[in-house]
Amino acid sequence: MNLEQLQQKLIAAAKTEVLDDRVPYAFEKRITALLSSRVAAQKLDVWVHGLWRAAISCVAITIVCGAFAAFTPATNSNSTDLSQDFENTLLASVDQADQAQ
Amino acid sequence: MERTEAELIAAVLKGDAASFEPLVQKYSPRVFATARRYARRDSEVEDIAQEVWLKAFEKLGSFRGEAPFEHWLMRMTVRTCYDFLRGHQRNRESSFSDLSEPENDWLERFVAAPESASEHADAAKLLINRILEKLSPQARLVITLLEIEDRSVKEIAKLTGWSVPLVKVRAFRARAEMKKILAKMAKEKYL
Repeated sequence: MNLEQLQQKLIAAAKTEVLDDRVPYAFEKRITALLSSRVAAQKLDVWVHGLWRAAISCVAITIVCGAFAAFTPATNSNSTDLSQDFENTLLASVDQADQAQ
Repeated sequence: MERTEAELIAAVLKGDAASFEPLVQKYSPRVFATARRYARRDSEVEDIAQEVWLKAFEKLGSFRGEAPFEHWLMRMTVRTCYDFLRGHQRNRESSFSDLSEPENDWLERFVAAPESASEHADAAKLLINRILEKLSPQARLVITLLEIEDRSVKEIAKLTGWSVPLVKVRAFRARAEMKKILAKMAKEKYL
């Protein structure tokens, strides 16, 4: 069998084949609908990405504040009575005025 | 008044997706015809065409308008078809024992008298499609573009994104691969 000739014959056969360019019914409508839904989804994606970034930032700030609060040494206070401390603080200006007189 | 292609593309780029529809309507026959060279099933052809249009929409910003839109779209179509071939490499290892009767008859006729076997016969078309399916994706693409569609090496380089020397090398290898498949077929049938 002459393979070279067979190859040429088969290539010639492929060339004679008429191309089928039929397009399914309403194909362009389907593509447009698909693209429109994608565009809407992309707009939503922008919001979702923004919100995720904000959420990540909030979590990071919370962790930093928590760590700061946990690892900062507490100020030494001799008093264990919170109400007394509060009263002293609130009336500090009055006490100072009394002492001045 | 009918809008020009450039106006439609500009509208799409501004966010009007509906302006893409006339472009899809106009060029889909070419996209489908090209896709049918590489895929047989209707569902596969439709998937390729859909993929082409989605890619075209996404990458429309890269279309500079220096060449016609059709050329840009056909490059995308050929590359999508190539991706499809790479992803669907089936039937490549199957034998030629399942040739249909008309295909066998055509081959017998060719062996007896090569001139009597017409290239217009449906059996010859079936046979070449069967052989093309057995080629590697690269070889099939090159044989289709170079031998069947009679495109120049330069054109193929533009369509595929390969360099001119690479197209020549791949064309040489594709012809050799095709000859090897034909030899295998001849051996299975006549030895």
